[in-house]
Amino acid sequence: MIEIKLPPLAEGVDKATVTYCHKSAGDSVNEGEDLIELVTDKATFNMPSPATGVLKEVLVSEGDEVKVGQVVAKIG
Amino acid sequence: MIIDLGLTDYEECYRTQREMAARRKLGEIEDTLILAEHNNVFTVGRMGARKNLLVDSDYLHERGIKVLNVDRGGDITFHGPGQLLIYPIIELKEKWRDLHKYMRLLEDVAIKYLERYSLQPGRMPGLTGVWVSGKKVVSIGIGVTNWVTYHGLSVNIKPDLGFFDMIYPCGLRGVKMASLESLTGKDISMEEAKIDILSDFEKVFNYGKIYFSSPAYIGGITRKGEI
Repeated sequence: MIEIKLPPLAEGVDKATVTYCHKSAGDSVNEGEDLIELVTDKATFNMPSPATGVLKEVLVSEGDEVKVGQVVAKIG
Repeated sequence: MIIDLGLTDYEECYRTQREMAARRKLGEIEDTLILAEHNNVFTVGRMGARKNLLVDSDYLHERGIKVLNVDRGGDITFHGPGQLLIYPIIELKEKWRDLHKYMRLLEDVAIKYLERYSLQPGRMPGLTGVWVSGKKVVSIGIGVTNWVTYHGLSVNIKPDLGFFDMIYPCGLRGVKMASLESLTGKDISMEEAKIDILSDFEKVFNYGKIYFSSPAYIGGITRKGEI
């Protein structure tokens, strides 16, 4: 199981807001594919899947604030 | 490389951006700048709301003007002929993965460009974009997929500014928009604008010479150093 954590997006920024979930639990995903979209200021960041596999869990929803380092999804 | 799409519908240009971003990640292409002007369109970013559109949708429909929800940061804006769109498709390498810093670099490009006209462009604290004398001339909203950038900046060279009266641009009440033409009284050709701003882009982003010739494929960008 791989835990997917929000990486640092910018200096001095410790959180971002989830604006869209491209995938749901149970979906197959490819490495590099967009998983979850977040916004910080005027930037939209699509979190890429770090591996190919099946998305086991999505731990955030649209509108959630996510902290850098927080686990947002798990891939098996 | 440079891809100059000329006057293109927003949706078609968006598809090109996403295709190029995917190819950039695969290493099939180098960093690429997509240039375009769009047919009249309002776009609403991820943090935006259609309530910031102040005209009736029937009014726009009759005139063939669409309102699109798009996946860039920011609120509502207008695109139309006379506005230069620059969509950088740049792979952000490890040490450059700072999205706010990247936006500040895009602002630097716009500031350098506007300074060519003896204007005094600057930033507004807490906001993104470039202003001259309290009026917004350049808007920025970016997207990142797989650490490759898309979306970018819109520079008002000489668009019909009346369209901005139909919205609260960027969701900001009271914001006034300006164009290079309205500020200088000069008729600046889009070709001249492209050549100048690409030159400013290569300086800020530390590229080698960006070769440019309109309208189709232009040539290569050579990296001097990693950005």
